[in-house]
Amino acid sequence: MTLPLLTILGVIPLVGALVLLALPKGNARLIKQVALAFSIAALVFTVFMGLQFDADSTAAFQFVESYPWIPAFGISYSLGVDGIGLVLVALATTLVPVTILAGWNDVEDGRSVKGYFALILVLETLMIGVFSATDVFLFYVLFEVMLIPIYFLIGRYGGPNRAYAAVKFLIYSLVGGLIMLAALIGLYIVSVDQLGQGTFDFASLVGLDIDPTTQKILFLGFFIAFAIKAPLWPFHTWLPDAAKEATPATSVLLIGVLDKVGTFGMIRYLLPIFPTASEFYAPVIIAMAVIGIIYGALVAFGQTDMKRLFAYSSMSHFGFIALGIFVFTSWGATGSVVYMLAHGLSTAAIFLTAGFLMQRAGGLGAIAAYGGVNKVAPVLAGFLLFATMSSLALPGLASFVGEFLVLLGTFSRYVVVGVIASIGIVLTAVYALRYYQKVATGPPSPHVEGIPDLRGREITALVPIVLLTIVLGVYPAPVFDVVNPAVERTLEVVGVTDPVPTIGVLGGEQ
Amino acid sequence: MTAPSIDFLTILPFIIVGGAAVLGVLVETFLGRRARRPVQLVLVFGSLVAAFSALIWQSGTRSLEVEGALALDGPGVLLMGLIIIVAFVSAMLLAERQLDPAGDAFAPRASALPGSVEERELTARGYLQTEVWPLFLFAVLGMLLFVTSTNLLIMFVALEVMSLPLYLLAGMARRRRLLSQEAALKYFILGAFSSAFFLFGSALMYGFAGSVDFAVISDALAAKPGETTLVVGGVAMISVGLLFKVGAVPFHQWVPDVYQGSPAPVTAFMAAAVKIAAVGALLRVYYVAFGGLRWDWEPLLWVIAGLTMIVGSLVAIAQTDIKRMIAYSSIAQVGFILMGVSSASPQGLQAVIFYLIAYSFTTLGIFAVISMVRDASGEVTRLDQWAGLGRTSPVVATTFAIFMLALAGIPLTSGFIAKFLVFEAALSAGAVALVIVGVVASVIAAVFYVRVIVIMFFRDPVEGGPRVAVPSAFTTLALSISAAVTVILGILPQPVLDLIEQAGVFLR
Repeated sequence: MTLPLLTILGVIPLVGALVLLALPKGNARLIKQVALAFSIAALVFTVFMGLQFDADSTAAFQFVESYPWIPAFGISYSLGVDGIGLVLVALATTLVPVTILAGWNDVEDGRSVKGYFALILVLETLMIGVFSATDVFLFYVLFEVMLIPIYFLIGRYGGPNRAYAAVKFLIYSLVGGLIMLAALIGLYIVSVDQLGQGTFDFASLVGLDIDPTTQKILFLGFFIAFAIKAPLWPFHTWLPDAAKEATPATSVLLIGVLDKVGTFGMIRYLLPIFPTASEFYAPVIIAMAVIGIIYGALVAFGQTDMKRLFAYSSMSHFGFIALGIFVFTSWGATGSVVYMLAHGLSTAAIFLTAGFLMQRAGGLGAIAAYGGVNKVAPVLAGFLLFATMSSLALPGLASFVGEFLVLLGTFSRYVVVGVIASIGIVLTAVYALRYYQKVATGPPSPHVEGIPDLRGREITALVPIVLLTIVLGVYPAPVFDVVNPAVERTLEVVGVTDPVPTIGVLGGEQ
Repeated sequence: MTAPSIDFLTILPFIIVGGAAVLGVLVETFLGRRARRPVQLVLVFGSLVAAFSALIWQSGTRSLEVEGALALDGPGVLLMGLIIIVAFVSAMLLAERQLDPAGDAFAPRASALPGSVEERELTARGYLQTEVWPLFLFAVLGMLLFVTSTNLLIMFVALEVMSLPLYLLAGMARRRRLLSQEAALKYFILGAFSSAFFLFGSALMYGFAGSVDFAVISDALAAKPGETTLVVGGVAMISVGLLFKVGAVPFHQWVPDVYQGSPAPVTAFMAAAVKIAAVGALLRVYYVAFGGLRWDWEPLLWVIAGLTMIVGSLVAIAQTDIKRMIAYSSIAQVGFILMGVSSASPQGLQAVIFYLIAYSFTTLGIFAVISMVRDASGEVTRLDQWAGLGRTSPVVATTFAIFMLALAGIPLTSGFIAKFLVFEAALSAGAVALVIVGVVASVIAAVFYVRVIVIMFFRDPVEGGPRVAVPSAFTTLALSISAAVTVILGILPQPVLDLIEQAGVFLR
């Protein structure tokens, strides 16, 4: 009997959360240490699993486990990861210890320290689950339940306008979730019609032969939920509020990992289950993605608040991810997955550095209040610069690999779209550099005057992010090896082949 | 004519509950004041346990009893069992007397003028009104009959046996007695009005079919498809009577007033048990008697279900009183239940029964919490007074939040599975538009469920706000059971789904 490794991985943080609840309230230090210990344990376990993962395997999913859950409806507790799932699970388990370390002193005014870290750990369990579920019902349950810890993390521990932001986030997500529920049940009914016995098993659902009209309707139900989650233009308006009010640690998990569930859902569920509808809607979604890229970048220009700036910038980057998925080329799809990973790291870098800065200046979010950080706190300014570079996808960093592949994939099919999307890169460079320039250079502003530089704990939180960003930027091959088979399988189901390059690649034939 | 043959063993649950109710009246008459409460409690809890055991013991027999007047079929027995369990938990809430320093939730003597010297004296001398117990048992008896009766006449009798004690119970609150009495009067007048509708409808159906028996009516509908005047009138009027009892729009106006005015334990009983009984009866009437008219009443139910969901959810948003909010939320929930009823399939029946199980326990829990949040003047139901409860009483507030999430239909709670089943049944029946309305209503409803959580957890406690009173074992146990059922049904619904599936469909 093989060990249910994914379940064990998911249970580690959950046990951590329960242990936290049992600890005495007064000992905040111990609570944080225990939380960190469990999150690191989960990370170590992920690394162990990553080493066991067989990139050359022909099986669709590895570490598979399956137990009947609600047999009356063909619902099972089934887990398993392909390369894409594994990469995103790894992203989640990497970012959680980082955020715990970075958010060490987030809760200081009498609110429950226990609650904060327990919620983060519960969230980690749900994130692991959502990326490894192979039963669509289970995926849906985790997709929805995930909202609750985030809702409390924003609403209880966020900034002054937190209740509003939390409710907006929750209602938006519930709208998507409920529409998806209706589509999910519709899909189930199709499976009842075709298989006699209804099922939510992913592989069986992929095997269904759904007629195009039904596909188009059901596709929309799922897509809206994923587009709200991701979020794509025009479903994005909850994101800036949530990002602004949440603590930096929460924002990292929300934007860095949770929002990836939306794009992950597109590549995992939409493409294989509704191939015809995916092709049908692809032009619309590509248009949405491109609008998002440009619109997000333009609006980011106008932001005076750092966190809102990052939120719009992320929205622009989500456009790239969606674009890569819906151009149906293996470059594009692989690029999207790499970009998901890279964007998670880059989000962590930019939100955490900004968070450290804001904490030193009394929580001010206005960009105009800052200036000259590089004279007062050079180490912090250094990390700020790195975060900015990572965000604008400097070659040699992970986000460049993702962005480049997405554009490569796009150009090979839609040149015009590729050109417009490339403008987004230029715009990103402009607002990102302007942010760094205003905050870090020039004479120190009164708010920055005399702030201490980064402490050891804060540097420890940032260093792994920096290292991963550089390593993956210079040597992304391991990620490709893991992701490529999964991407190819997905595109095979959709039934598209890569277009032959029409512009000569070196030595290639026309 | 031969004497009716009655197998008394199979109808033992009715006999036990009814007998205990009559005994309860005798206890009131002959026992001293101090001895009454303990004896009544033993009677109530003992009879409920005995009735439940008898039900289990007899559950193997699926038959029509008492000359075909009572149907002890799968769904009937299941609903009876559910009513008895819910009544048991409600009785625990009714038995609570540690929350209010003056005693239990009821006025010391309902006939004493509110605010009078007499009332104050009675309170000071620690009078308790133990008549509530026999009334309670009579109501339970009425409910048991209501879900099993197979003809309109028995159903009408059951309706009255169930309702009359409830009218009285609603008017007996210890605190805010005028509000309570007003609620009782409204409930009584509107209830009597709807009973009249039901009776009139029954008369029309009798005129049509020559019998009040469901099976005969069903056959007559199949045999005489042309005669519509009496049928339309009869079905419409019976529907009005039943839809009034479940609190569906546009017959819902009594719900908020009665929920708000009644003592919280009575509201809990009413919201949970009456809903089970009334929906059970509605199911039987529609599925058995009017089954042949399915194509005619289905669209009607679609409209009513849609309206009920939307109106209930929309109006709930505007409420500032928690009891009124829950009242409108219960109206919205009825809309979802009717969505299941309207699918007119075994799936729909199963979905509705599951929904009733999930909803009733969540509701019991909600009112258990409401009865605990108090200040010196009694229950505090103003929503903004609940601010910061998550800070001051985290356990109770978290439990309440779970109930809110269950009503909103968030996964891993019973409410989600219930909603899933109802949507599934409706979509299978092709009611796509209704499911879309359901989705919209769910989103609207989420707004106010979530707002309660915002108030409890994201706001700071108010000065002089309410405290969560420490209850006795009764309420604590009732609350724990409700919370446990809400969570367990959300995570592991399969055993209950099996149970419901085994119950099968209605006998006729």
